[in-house]
Amino acid sequence: MTLEIANLAKRYDEARGVGHDALRGVDLAVDAHEFVSLVGTSGCGKSTLLRIVSGLERPSEGSIRLDRRPVSGSTSEVAMVFQDPRLMPWLSVRDNVRLALLKLKRDAQDARIDAALTKVGPTAFAAALPRQLSGGMAQRVALARALVRKPSVLLLDEPFSALDAFMRMKLQDHLGDLWRSEQFTVLFVTHDVQEAVILSDRVVVMRGAPGRVERDFAIDLPRPRVRTSAGVQAYSEEIIRALHLS
Amino acid sequence: MTIIPATEIAAVEARAEAAAAPENARAARRGARWRGLALPLALAAAWFALSESGVFSSQIFPSPQAVLRDLWRLTANGQLAGHIAITSWRVALGFVAGTLAATALGAATGYSRRAREFLDPTIQALKAVPSLAWVPLFILWFGIFETSKIALIAVGVFFPVYLNLMTGLQGVDRRLVEVGLVNNFGAFDLIRHILAPATLPSYFTGLRAGLALGWMFVIAAELMGASQGLGFLMIDGEMTGRPAIIVGSLILFAIAGKLSDALLVAVGRRLLSWQDDFASLQDREGA
Repeated sequence: MTLEIANLAKRYDEARGVGHDALRGVDLAVDAHEFVSLVGTSGCGKSTLLRIVSGLERPSEGSIRLDRRPVSGSTSEVAMVFQDPRLMPWLSVRDNVRLALLKLKRDAQDARIDAALTKVGPTAFAAALPRQLSGGMAQRVALARALVRKPSVLLLDEPFSALDAFMRMKLQDHLGDLWRSEQFTVLFVTHDVQEAVILSDRVVVMRGAPGRVERDFAIDLPRPRVRTSAGVQAYSEEIIRALHLS
Repeated sequence: MTIIPATEIAAVEARAEAAAAPENARAARRGARWRGLALPLALAAAWFALSESGVFSSQIFPSPQAVLRDLWRLTANGQLAGHIAITSWRVALGFVAGTLAATALGAATGYSRRAREFLDPTIQALKAVPSLAWVPLFILWFGIFETSKIALIAVGVFFPVYLNLMTGLQGVDRRLVEVGLVNNFGAFDLIRHILAPATLPSYFTGLRAGLALGWMFVIAAELMGASQGLGFLMIDGEMTGRPAIIVGSLILFAIAGKLSDALLVAVGRRLLSWQDDFASLQDREGA
């Protein structure tokens, strides 16, 4: 499924008539089954952009199109994984995943939940409560909850940022495997430039306040990508330069 | 099939072990029950000692033996059970009525901004009306029999339940609500699967506070021309100069209030066992 973002702007109105622009004039097109990462310094509107695409916020201007159809609000074709797992503490792992399937009958729910948990990992902990999970396992459950709907577009808002380096690498590899096997389109927000280069077809650099698209890098490297390879290092350095961090 | 790293399994198992620890929790609760009896027993011993030494005049503050003697006499002639039963029945009915009204209005004002703007200022203003100020109006509306008493108790129960439910709903973590929104939840699913369970801890706090006020309001209610009940017994003790009956009624109120609260706590513990809070940490540690 293609995703087109055209001339998107977001203005927050604050008290006493003072407001601020989070995004202005953002244009971005993501092809079907493409993996696009958004990188940028804090406050440049990456997460706001993702929240608008997910339907959690309305744009002040501009449009979102999925396969050329305009969309507003949340849709079953788009799923989102947040920075924190956001699991309901009163529900088991299994029932947290079930939340994404309320419109299905119970039997159909169970089959889909089993499949999603098997793909993502935590089958052995299906009956556990969120407080019994490690950070990495909780984020796997959040990923299962997003994937169980079989979305055409998956939005990920810094999903691995709270994890330790070892777990982050594990889940990066796992996300890459899932993306290749499930064929969804990905829009991935991250602060980690190397993570973006390893996973993505394109890395889009956002800058400024209000945020806008500064550069768009096509990552022309074979997969699987090795973190320490010269190609990954070269792309990472070029992107960091575009971010004006060096 | 995904292979889960051993380190991750170990971390999960450690958390599961810590989260379960049921024996620690049970032992902690058993200990708490005994420790909770220590202060009443100490007060009773001090009361006995001071009465025996003549510090208290029996006309002003009766001895524990006198209180027990009068309560036993009322038990033996079958009157005490009737007084306790009618008071408990009034509190139960008032609690149910007040809770139902508070749940309906608290859910409406907690969920809907428009309902809150219309209703909450009036409800907050009524909250400031003293309990006894309702008595003449309720007698006028409902007469001096049971309905006015139940209505007064319901008023007492209403406000804490209402306030805790409304503020609990308002305070539900936005991030959890957003999970429902990105999954296309309608209002019913959002309430059923996220807002209601997330509000349960605050709602139970309101129920406990409401029940405690129900026991307080039943005294005022039984001043409204009752011929039976612990409140009546207390007034009767005052009118007939029997301080042992007054003190005995006070003790029975305290015991009944504590038992009904313990019942609510037990229900709450079962429904809120998922909570990962300071109290559950203390339970796990047996501290």
